[in-house]
Amino acid sequence: MEKEELLQIRNLSVDYKVKGGYLSAVHGVSFEICKGEIFAIVGESGCGKSTIAHSILRLLPDHNEKISGEINFQGQNLNELSEKELESVRGHKIGMIFQNPLESLNPVYTTGKQVQEGLLLDNIPKQEAWNRVVDLFKDVQMPDAERRARSFPHELSGGMRQRVMIAMMLGRNPDLLIADEPTTALDVTVEAQILRIIKQLRDERNMAVMLITHNFGLVAEVADMVGVMYAGEMVETGTVYEIFDHPSHPYTMQLMKALPRITKKEGRLETIRGAVPKMMNHQKGCRFANRCIYATEKCWSENPPVHQLSETHSFACFREEVSTCRK
Amino acid sequence: MPEVAIEVKNLKKYFRNGDGTVKAVDDVSFHINKGEIVGLVGESGSGKTTLARTILGLTKITDGAVIFDGVDMGKATHKQMKELRHKVSVVFQDPAANLNPRETVLSSITRPLILQGMSKKEAKGKAEEALKLVKMDSEYLYSYPHQLSGGQLQRIAIARAVAIQPQVMILDEPTSALDISVQAQILNLLLELQEKLNLTYLVITHDLNVIRYISDRVAVMYLGRLVEYGPTEEVIGNPRHPYTQGLMAALPILNPRDRDKKKDMMVTEPGSLIDLPKGCHFHPRCPYATEACREAFPENVQITPEYQVACYLQQKN
Repeated sequence: MEKEELLQIRNLSVDYKVKGGYLSAVHGVSFEICKGEIFAIVGESGCGKSTIAHSILRLLPDHNEKISGEINFQGQNLNELSEKELESVRGHKIGMIFQNPLESLNPVYTTGKQVQEGLLLDNIPKQEAWNRVVDLFKDVQMPDAERRARSFPHELSGGMRQRVMIAMMLGRNPDLLIADEPTTALDVTVEAQILRIIKQLRDERNMAVMLITHNFGLVAEVADMVGVMYAGEMVETGTVYEIFDHPSHPYTMQLMKALPRITKKEGRLETIRGAVPKMMNHQKGCRFANRCIYATEKCWSENPPVHQLSETHSFACFREEVSTCRK
Repeated sequence: MPEVAIEVKNLKKYFRNGDGTVKAVDDVSFHINKGEIVGLVGESGSGKTTLARTILGLTKITDGAVIFDGVDMGKATHKQMKELRHKVSVVFQDPAANLNPRETVLSSITRPLILQGMSKKEAKGKAEEALKLVKMDSEYLYSYPHQLSGGQLQRIAIARAVAIQPQVMILDEPTSALDISVQAQILNLLLELQEKLNLTYLVITHDLNVIRYISDRVAVMYLGRLVEYGPTEEVIGNPRHPYTQGLMAALPILNPRDRDKKKDMMVTEPGSLIDLPKGCHFHPRCPYATEACREAFPENVQITPEYQVACYLQQKN
């Protein structure tokens, strides 16, 4: 099947104005998401993954940030749209769910009513909209859908609340779902259920999903494509198999070895020394240099080149031997 | 025979709640051997933290006993209790929330030591030693929490816990607030300390991969009951209780090549302590439930002295 590009991000940079200069939260990030594809953006806290998601829908706090680059979605550069024009995209063509569903729901309205509200925006008659709500609740496998639609958020469990959020997002039938840590607040058993729903929606509706997570378990489970973020930069992209089988950026390589896949009897996990640096103002050089076991002088002074290992797999590093030995 | 560090006998902790009681911990019996790392898992609301709090002596026991070093904590005198408090220490999930933002690292670490009657100078020496144990430079003694990263803060919290020279450490979600690259550092540090100081750990976490890495035995709780407790390889690799089987099926894979190996998982919602079913708490979600399961909670079946399962299926075999 021919892949059809849905979202294309080109050279996206976001700087936050803070005391004493600019904090470079996202720097020169480029990637694309195709229809029906689950693209996982994975990285540690503070690496800029949520900033990317929020900048796509212009949800960042006002006036203290600087966004540059292109966000092309279905032939439009979202970065150039007016606030009014963006409203036809936000929630409608691109839906979003967040980590804590309780914060996203209004405590004084029933969950069904909140889902219905989105449908009424599309001028659907009230009764028909309500019937759609119940259908949507069934689509997300809500137990006892009709009764739950009349429940208030506090009467539902965490997993059910996240189902409500997914139903709300689905109601307007978006082409792209941005899921920002959708299962982080949930138990593993419930996490597995939510993941299955997301996968099903992709299969049935050919919806593209941008999954933002710090959890490599989720990535291994559902992602087609992976973008690894470090300190605001996307250091490596590839298919999920390329990333797990042949991690090529030193950060990805070391991270894979730090995942607890073994027992203590089999050995010890490898660790990455140090911690993520704060990216104040613009510095040259590779942002991973201070923690990298292969770092040379060049890494501190110049920006690393991008190596293309395959059509889908690329990484930014000076270590050319990795790319040559695998060709 | 391994020496027993903590023995818990028919422990019950009930809370009164409006018109009824919530049985947060109900008839739990198990023991932890000296030098052992025990992982405690279960969904949220299963009573893990309440169990840990009763072992720490932070809340009154409703019924049953926690026996620590031969002393029954429920019947301990004030003096005995004070001694016990030196022998058990605790590390919480979010180190930033558990260190006083207005106190230096030095004062956070030395406070419990000074309360134990140590002189300030002696306590400072101990704090320096503790920092060395967690591989941090002693210059950090004069730092404030906001100047440190998440990983460093967790090291400080661990240093504070080991400074009182405990025998047992209770670790409540020690790495869930940390990034993966830092998580491995902290886990390795905990393993190293355990070997060096011959500590006993009770680790509470929802991360099954972490449990598999560090623990010798795994205890699985479901709605206030301990349903399975045994060697890590057995409980994770070949679980016997249907609940553990469902939980392990949800274990996040860490390799995309394992995608096809994932088995059926629990499709039902987790139960609630507010509305407990009669009989085995798990029977509404259990694919093997029989009449007996709806009548009474199954007794523990001792498979080996170190392995117990509370399920009727095990009684037949």
